Formats: sequence, C-alpha cells, structure tokens
Amino acid sequence: MNTSALIVMLTTITLVTGLMIFFFIKVMTTPPRPEPDSYLDNDDEPEREVPRK
Amino acid sequence: MSANKESWGSRVGLILAMAGNAVGLGNFLRFPVQAVQNGGGAFIIPYLICFLVMGIPLLWIEWSMGRFGGKHGHHSTPFIVDTMGKNRLWKYVGVFGIWTNIAVAAYYCYIESWTLSYVFHSVIGTFSGLDQEGVANFFGAYVSLGTSTLGVPYEPIVFYVLCLLLNTWILSQGLASGVERVAKIGMPMLILFGLFLAFRGVTLTAGENGAINDSSVGLNFLWTPNFDRLWSPTVWLAAAGQIFFTLSVGMGTVHCYASYVRGNDDIALNAMSAGWMNEFVEVVLGAAILIPISIGYLGVDRVSEMVQSGGLGLAFQTLPYLFYQWGDLLGALSGVMWFGLLFFAGITSSLAMGTPWIGFLQDEFNWGRKSAAWSFGLFVFLLGMPTVLFFKYGVFDEYDYWAGTVSLVVFALFETILFSWVFGIRKGWREITSGSDIKVPGFYKFIIKFITPLLLLWVFLGSLFTPKGGDWGAAMIGPWVLDNSSIINKIKNVDLKEKLAAATDPAAIQLLENQIFFVNASRILLLAVWIALALLVYTAYKKRVREGRLN
Repeated sequence: MNTSALIVMLTTITLVTGLMIFFFIKVMTTPPRPEPDSYLDNDDEPEREVPRK
Repeated sequence: MSANKESWGSRVGLILAMAGNAVGLGNFLRFPVQAVQNGGGAFIIPYLICFLVMGIPLLWIEWSMGRFGGKHGHHSTPFIVDTMGKNRLWKYVGVFGIWTNIAVAAYYCYIESWTLSYVFHSVIGTFSGLDQEGVANFFGAYVSLGTSTLGVPYEPIVFYVLCLLLNTWILSQGLASGVERVAKIGMPMLILFGLFLAFRGVTLTAGENGAINDSSVGLNFLWTPNFDRLWSPTVWLAAAGQIFFTLSVGMGTVHCYASYVRGNDDIALNAMSAGWMNEFVEVVLGAAILIPISIGYLGVDRVSEMVQSGGLGLAFQTLPYLFYQWGDLLGALSGVMWFGLLFFAGITSSLAMGTPWIGFLQDEFNWGRKSAAWSFGLFVFLLGMPTVLFFKYGVFDEYDYWAGTVSLVVFALFETILFSWVFGIRKGWREITSGSDIKVPGFYKFIIKFITPLLLLWVFLGSLFTPKGGDWGAAMIGPWVLDNSSIINKIKNVDLKEKLAAATDPAAIQLLENQIFFVNASRILLLAVWIALALLVYTAYKKRVREGRLN
C-alpha cells in the first residue's frame, strides 16, 4: 500500500476500534444502578437492592 | 391505560439492539462505494467530523427524547414529540417516525429476503460452476420473478413472505425475548463473519486462486486520500448523508427503543457505545470486504465502473462468483457468511422498524403485542408487494428515495429544532446528562443548539437544490441549474422525461412511460399511507382527550 493510504487507514482503524472498545468496556465496568432499573435480567440479584454510592 | 409493559433484559442487550438497529446493509454496501466516489481516504475526514457534530448529537437527542417520552408512557414518536412542544401540530411531525419505518421496512425486508435466499442458494451450491455472467443473470432472473432454480414458483415472493413471517414472529415475542435475543445472537455472528471475510479481503495475493491484484491495490483505491476533494460541498453532503443512513437517525426507531429506559438510567454512554460499534462495523469491517475482494479479481477499472450503480450489484451479482475462486467449500462457506452477515445486519434493523408501530398501537389502542406485531407484518406485506412485483419500474427506488432518504432528513431537522429551540437546550441538556455514566463535554450544548440544526438545514437544502453535476462553484457564479438528483427535479420526473424525449425504440418508450406511471403511483400510495397514519394519530389524540390522558 502507498504511505498516505496506509497512514489514513491505520489511523482510522485504530481510532474507531479503540473508541468502540473503550466505550464498551466502560459500559461493562460501570456498576449497575439499584432497582428499579430498566433491565429485567438482574431483578433478582440481592446486592442490587442496595443504593449505589 | 396502555397495554405496553415491555422492558429490556439487560444493558448490553439494549446496546446490541441499538447497534443492530444502526448496522444495516448500508454499512457493507453503501459506505465503501461512497468513500470511493468521494475522495477515497479523504472522505473519512468529513465523515468523522459529521459523525462528531451531527451523528453523536442526533443520537443523544433521540435517546433523550425517547427516554423523556417513555416517562410519560409514550413509545412512538407522535406522542413523544407531542410532550415536548406545546403546539398540538408536533404530533403530526411525529407521524414521520412511524411512516418512515413502515415504508422502509416494505422494501428493506425485500432485500433482506434476497440475503436469506442467497444464504440458502450458497448452501445448496447454486453458484458453484456458474461464471460471472451466470451469477449476474441469476440475480436478474430472480428480481424479475423469472424462472426459479428451485422449481418454486415466484421464489422471491416466497422468501419475502418467509422473511416477513420471521420478523413478525420475533416482534411478537416481545422486546427482551424477541428483539434483544436476536441482537445478542445476530451482532456477534455478524462481527465474526465480518472479521473472517475482512481477513480474506486484506490477504489476497495476485496470482493465487485467480486473483489479478493483491489486496493492497483495492485498499489503496479505497484509502488513498484525495485532499482536493475536501473542498467540494458534494463530498461533505455525501459524508453527512452517509452518517444519517448508517446511524438510523431521523427514523423514530432510536426514540422507540430508548423509551423503554427508565429516567434514572444512563443514555449518554449507551448512545456512544452503540454509535461507535456501528462505526467499527462500517469503517473497519465494511471497508475491508466489498472493494478489496472485487478489485482483487476484477481490477480497478471494472470496479470503478460497477460502483457507479451502487454496491448492490457487486454484492449480489459479483461476490458469489468471486467467492468460488477460493474453491467449492470455501466459496460456499464465504457465501453463507457474506449473505448471513447481510441478513443479520438487515434483520436487526427491520425488527427496529416494527417497534414504533407496535408501541403506538399498544399505547393508544391497547392492542396486545402479538396482534400489533402481526398487523405490522400485514401492513408491510401489502405496502411491500408493489416493490416486489414492479421492481423493474422503479417502485423500489422510489420508496427508498422518499421514505429512506428525504424523510429522514426532514424528521431529523424538525426534531433537532424541537429539542434545541422549542423544548429548550437547558431542559434538553438536563435530559441528556441525567443519569449519565460519562461526562458529556459541555461544548456539545453549543453544537446541539447551533451546529447540528444548521448542518441538517444545509443537508436538506443541498438535496432540494442540488446543482447540476454537484458543481457548487459553477452554480454560485452562473445560473443555478438543478441536477436531476435534486428533490425538485425528482418530483418533476425530469430525468425520466428527458430519457423519454430522447428514446426512439418503441419498447424503451413503453418502459419509460410505465416507469413514470409507477413512480407517480408509488408516491400517491406513500402519501396516502402518511395521511392514513396522521388520521390514526388524530383519532388517538381525540381518544386521549375523551379519556383525560393528555399531558
């Protein structure tokens, strides 16, 4: 590949992939809110009843 | 009381469903073609800028509008926008948020059914042994409802109905058990298939398996920046347009999905996560498959010529043949992956299109989820059949233009003005940041209030008055001659009339006359549907007045 194409491609791929991973990890690592929240799957988890600090 | 008691199962499920809503066929078929036609690698600069100043603001606006409407028990745009502006006419602007989805689903499910059919044909080896012309002819016969290779009469209609039944059944299962479950399966599969094909796309070697070029030739063609093109408004307009289509903003689906999020839960981070996931699929995966593989086997000149008519031709008439250059097994497997990927991209979007209509019927007329879902299937079937039966007369393209292109810009422009200026940016900002798990940069308040509406206005006016050949410089200094792709000339059928005036062959004249008839009939049909939906919204409003449920 020519240098300019390679630079544009790699910069774009790194930026987009990096931000996608960053925000997804942020979602996964953010502690869930206490019930009632918007999601059904975690309704029966006892630790969710404690308000988040 | 509304019969609507739906909820999302999990936060990741919601994000995958939102990302699935955004990721569509355009990520793989439209983006690379747009990039090639608009400056190659330089296209990514206006594209990413438009994502930052128009895409992200619109995502935040739509997510927060949806969550705000949900707090008032609304799950479709007519009454979501009604709660945000005092003028009672706003709900008729919200009609676009149902109409667009039904009209787009009508033709979108047809393409989705092609992908389903092509997965099946890849499995049974229909394309094995066919040359490129054979594969192209197969597609031509398919869309003209010609002879079926399976011996099934009207095979495209059978697959269309199957596809609609599948969509309807999933929708009838509910948000968490239907839509979210499909997104949780479909999105990872799509990324997996995409990674495999992207790997094949970037590792082609000239001379191996019939390839005439290394993959670097295709990647150079796509990514080499032509910075001179950055000065062209046409390129910026194309970038802004691509951001629209890729994020599925201006449709009403984001509002509907977000309306099931509670007021204390985050939307800002969710929107960013789903938005960047869509960008990853489009820019990283979408750019590494169609163009590099096509150029690897067909060369730059041939592909340059083929992309002029869009990505659909390459996807359905060329790639099945090219895959078989890798051998029978890998060819069939790649066919399944390519069309499977497109199918997952399609179905996660078409499911989203069903939810506003279902939410509306549940909220306003107390319909159950199942009956509302089946009514959507029937509505889409009836509206979609003209696109199937009269495909060659341009009905499909007409739906795509008005419902899938113009309507998005119009609704997005209105909703941005409503959010920033009528509802007010102060309240709007509070809605965006309320419960947020990230710090939303303060300068976005300025962008949402000024830049995004102005950019949208420019996109709309640019489409309304597109100058001939996209030459804005010449139009500014000389007489402003409209291009045939401008909305004004489209309404007047200038392109078709010019072709008709130049035609001499009686068969060609007859075809063009038929095209004009079907194009006009499609518009009348779409307008009639919009009016019918507006009347339904009016009926719902009167019902609310009678029941004292206005807020």
